[in-house]
Parts: sequence; structure tokens; C-alpha cells
Amino acid sequence: MNLLSQLGAELGAVFVTLLSAAPFIAGYIAIILLCALIWQTVKKFLTPKADYGSLKTVTFGDESAVTSNTVASVVSIVLIFVLWAAFTGSKLLPSFLHAPGAFEGTGEFSYTVTTPDGQTDDATVSVVVFPAGSDVDAPEVDPGEGFAKNDSVAIAAFRSELLRVDENDEIGRDQDAVVSAINGVAVEPGSVVDVGFGDVEISRRGTPNIKPSGGMQMEPIWLPAPEAVWSRVTEIASTGFRNSTLAEHLGFSLFRVVVGFILGAIVGIPLGYAMGLSNWFRGWFDPIVEFMRPVPPLALIPLVIIWAGIGEVGKIILLFLAALWIMAIGARSGVSGVRISKVHAAYSLGASKWQIMRYVIIPNSLPEIFTAARVAMGVCWGTVVAAELVAAEKGAGMMIMTASKFQNTDIVIMGIILIGIIGFSIDMLMRWIERLLVPWKGKG
Amino acid sequence: MSGLSIDKISMRFDLPNGGSVQALKDVSLDLKAGELLSVLGPSGCGKTTLLNIAAGFLAPTEGRMVLNGNTVEGPGPERGMVFQQGALFEWMSVRENVGFGPKMKGMAAKPKAEIVDHLLDVVGLGAFKEKAVYELSGGMQQRVALARCLANEPDVILMDEPLGALDALTREKMQGLVLKLWKETGKTIILITHSVEEALLLGERLLVMAPRPGRIHKEYRLPFAEMGVDKDLREVKKHPQFGEVREEILGMIWDMEEEIMGRNEGEGS
Repeated sequence: MNLLSQLGAELGAVFVTLLSAAPFIAGYIAIILLCALIWQTVKKFLTPKADYGSLKTVTFGDESAVTSNTVASVVSIVLIFVLWAAFTGSKLLPSFLHAPGAFEGTGEFSYTVTTPDGQTDDATVSVVVFPAGSDVDAPEVDPGEGFAKNDSVAIAAFRSELLRVDENDEIGRDQDAVVSAINGVAVEPGSVVDVGFGDVEISRRGTPNIKPSGGMQMEPIWLPAPEAVWSRVTEIASTGFRNSTLAEHLGFSLFRVVVGFILGAIVGIPLGYAMGLSNWFRGWFDPIVEFMRPVPPLALIPLVIIWAGIGEVGKIILLFLAALWIMAIGARSGVSGVRISKVHAAYSLGASKWQIMRYVIIPNSLPEIFTAARVAMGVCWGTVVAAELVAAEKGAGMMIMTASKFQNTDIVIMGIILIGIIGFSIDMLMRWIERLLVPWKGKG
Repeated sequence: MSGLSIDKISMRFDLPNGGSVQALKDVSLDLKAGELLSVLGPSGCGKTTLLNIAAGFLAPTEGRMVLNGNTVEGPGPERGMVFQQGALFEWMSVRENVGFGPKMKGMAAKPKAEIVDHLLDVVGLGAFKEKAVYELSGGMQQRVALARCLANEPDVILMDEPLGALDALTREKMQGLVLKLWKETGKTIILITHSVEEALLLGERLLVMAPRPGRIHKEYRLPFAEMGVDKDLREVKKHPQFGEVREEILGMIWDMEEEIMGRNEGEGS
């Protein structure tokens, strides 16, 4: 029951988070629909195409009539960058497109102190909110009349400040005086008053906590602007990060993937052939392969680190194992998938066993092997990044993990984008090689 | 001794549940060189099993098959096969498919190319030499399969429903081609088919097989194949005897199917 209630509480937290994201998701969907509407309108002014698809009257429910709209793809990608720029106050975007930013400038509010014996006095707090990164002192203010004295404070944008307003007052908290009103609004611990440039919240112990409005933009330490990420790319490309250039980090990751994958293929393909061609080998390796296949390679990282350390050898062993089972299973099913009539035909044409292997079984299994290779390269790329997150001296994963420890969000985002681009490129490259080398795929 | 002789072949498969199936029982047949035999029968009559034994892919439990004095013990280039479809090597071009047999023998490039060119002309695919086989239509693919088989100069050609997957028009054209090749090359051909008309048109001799156990039910000697060599096949079909034999065989097969159904119902209750 204890576990169930824990899970229930977690589920509740997830729901609350989802609900808080709901307005943004709704807004995003609204933008998608709006863009669709705009495109429909624009399309009316373009010359209509009379291709086969456009002449269909039944399109809703006809899967073949649904093709990816290039305009939508382009707009979607542009929109991601526009939203990114708008919510980070990027200079790439004219400022009227920016989401409301954090308050910067000066503001003030008054507070009222009430002593235990019923005296009250007002004083003013002057607040200067300055952009993060610069250094601004609190302005000098005239202390003013009465026992409550005026205060001043300087706060960096996005930050808040607990201000002990009573510190300079003649009758303070030590004499049981309390802040009883903000801008004339009566308060008690826990209440929040909107003072125009932000909120003032009275803490549990009665101290005003000044929170200048944060706006809707992201703080650079959570999400840097696109241009900041780009300038970090160029900086790391030339000067490097942790003693290695960007090319070295990415190159090492790629090197591990390629070597691990090639080793996995060199062992896995013959293993798969043996399993596809011999009862004995099939029986021998089936339990091993079928057990190892569902084990995520990431689960092997701790063992590989214990056995082989965090150097290249360990990583390559890990990637070898990641690729091995996938390649073995691909080669096995490639051999098993050969149509018996092809083998019979080849025997009837006088082919020997070796010739059957060379001219029938191997070419017939190539499409399956290429499919497996594509999967294996994808898995290896994911595995190498994860392994580098855990422990490495160089590599894409190490780069973003180290950067995250220092809150270098720009490097993290840059790394994620580069990892994505490389993963995508690997897949494209494999598809291209596949088209080039096995044009008969799926045509048997 | 020239020709193919099937000598009292029986075939029994053991089933996993301990029972067994008698696929063929005491099938005997003598085929002279150059004869064209078509085999017809309801499903389960063992005609494909018989062909697989002739090709050497299966060993009979009793009896033996003798070709030109040698007992058949495995697949070999002297017995060519043409399959229904999908037996071409799609990773090779049309030319490479047809040249596969000569290549396996280690024939030099030049005589091989001559054989391939000649056969592609014979089957009417001279212009498609360098095409990939998957770019061809089903009928063209079967022409390639025929050419590939002939390139190896087999003594016997075994055809396992070679035209079964083709549309009616293409099928008719291909039947003409098979007759033409039979006459020109003088090969012994065994053709298995589901179609009674095809069996009549492409069988100098016609074997009707019966199921459970698979056995020869009736044998015919027919004039239609000879007629069809230089005549339109549609004309041959109008021959009065053609219709008579067709009705007779159809009735025979109907009766067999009915019997099977009845027996299955009996087993079921």
C-alpha cells in the first residue's frame, strides 16, 4: 500500500505539471491550426495542380492521399526557432515579437509598520531591477520621517530579495513591530500584494519578499538565446572544451561507434550465418542471443567499466556488444528468409554448396543485414553518448554532461543538437549506402 | 537407356503426432526422351512431391527414379527446374540470371554470352538483357526462368506450375512459347498444373493423379500439344475431342474432391 500511495503521489505531480503546460500546448496547437488556415488561404491564389492526388475527391481516410506537406515542415522548423528566440529575448528577432521580458528599471512600494502598542508609520522601498550580469548598487534614499525609515534595494532580473525593511527602522521586529500593510493593503504572513512591477510576498516570519515580475522569457541559465548557442559552437570549435576541440569530442564518439559497429558486424554476421545454416549452431547460440538481445546495452555499462575501465577499450567492447546481437539476428533472418525455390533453382542449375552460399544466400541476406546495420548504428550512437555521460575523457556525451554540471546550458543545447544532427546523418548515410548496394531490397 | 523411368515410387512422411501420410504409392512411369508430360490432380495428390523427387530434392521411401541409366540421388544440372514465380535471383540482371548455369560450370565468358544472347532472343527478351529482373512483368520473368533453365542444356525440364501466377492472356501466350520451345529443343518436359485446359494443351501425355494415397488415376495420350505447335491455341481448344476430354477430366477431379470432402466430414463427426 505504501508503494501504491507513493506512485499515486508521483502520478499526481505529473498531472499537475501537465496541467501547467496545458495552456502552452493549447497555444501551440492554435498556432498550427492558424498556419494551416493561412496556407489554405494562400494556396487559393496559387495555380492549382491537377496531379492525380489533387483530383481525388475522397481524401479523408485515404492513407495514400496523405503526404507530408513541405510548407508545414518548413514552418514547423522555423517556428521552433522563432519560439526559442521569442522566449529568450533573442537579438535575432525584432523586439515586438519577444515574449514579455523580466521587469527591469525602478519601482517602489510603501509598507506600513504597526507596533504592539498600536502606533503605525509608513515608509517607502525603492527597488532597482538591473539586467543579470551587470552590477548595480542600491540607490541612496532619504530615510524620511517617522520611526519607519525608507529603504532601497537593487535586484538582478529574474531574482527576488527578502528585504529586512525593519533593519533601519527605530522600532523593528525585535520589538514585535510587524509589517501590517503593503501599499495600504493589509497583509499577514503568506499574503501576496501586486505592487505594479512585481509581487511582494510576506514571509512566514513577516519579512517582505520582493519578486520583480519575471515575465514569460526564459533565464539564460535555463535556456540561452539561439545566437548564444551559436557563438558557443564557434567558440568551442576553435578553442575547445576541456582540452579537446569540438571536432575531437565528436570525432572520438564517431570513432568508437564505427569501430564498435565494424567489430560487431565482423563477428555478428558470420555468427548469424552459422545460426541460419546449421541446426547445431542455431541450437547453441539461440539461448545466448535471445537472452542478450533484450538486455539494453546501457545496462552493460557498469559491468564494462568494472572490467575494462572507462577508456577506449571499454567503450568499444560495449558498442561491439550493442551491435553484435543485432547484426547476428539480422544475418540469421536474412539466411532463413531465402526462398527455398531460389536455393532449389540454384542446385538444379548445378551450383555447389559454396556457390549457393556465394551467389544465393549472401546476396539474398544483404537487405536484412543492411536493415540490421541501420538499427545497430542507431543503437550504437545512442549507447556511446550514454556511456560517455557516465564516464569519459572525451566525447559528445562527456561534453554535455560536464557542461551541465557547470550550468553551461548553451553547451548542453549545442551538444544535443549536434548529437541529433549526427544521428540523423548516420541514418541518412546508411539509407543511401543501402539504396546503392542493395537496390533489389523488397523486390524479391 | 535414354529417357526417364519412375520405378514403383512410394513416399511416406512421418507426422509429429506419430501418424504418417502416404503422399505417393507405387507410382511407375516411363518417359521417352523428348516427351511432353503434364500432370494434373486435386490438391494433396502428391504431384509436387513427385516433381521434387524427380528433381532430387526429396528421396523416396521406396522405389527409384532413373534418368539415362543413372539413379537420381540429388539435384543436378541435367534436370532443370522452372518454378511458379520468385525463383529468379533479383540481385542479378536478366543476363546474369540466364547465364547462371553456364557460370556455375565455369564456362568462359564468350561462349556463355553467346548462349545467353541466343536464348534471350528465343524467348523474346533480347532488348531486356541488362534490366533487373524485378523491373520485368510476371510473364517476362517466367520467360527469363525458361531461358535460364534452357541455358544449362538439361535433359529433362521439370515445371512446377510455371504459369500459375500469370493472368489469363499472358498465360495463353506463354503456353504457346512452352510448346515452341519443346518442339525446337526436343527436351523431355514434365509440367505440373492446376488447370485442366493447360494440361490438355501442354501434354502429349497427361497423367491424372488421385489423392490419399497419391497415385496415378488415369493416363491419356493426346494430340493437342502436337496440334498447338503450329496452330493458334484457341483453334485447338475448339477441337471437339478437346471439349470431351476436358469434361471427362473435370468430372473425374470433381468426384475426387467430393470424396475428400465427404471423408473429411466423416472424420469430423
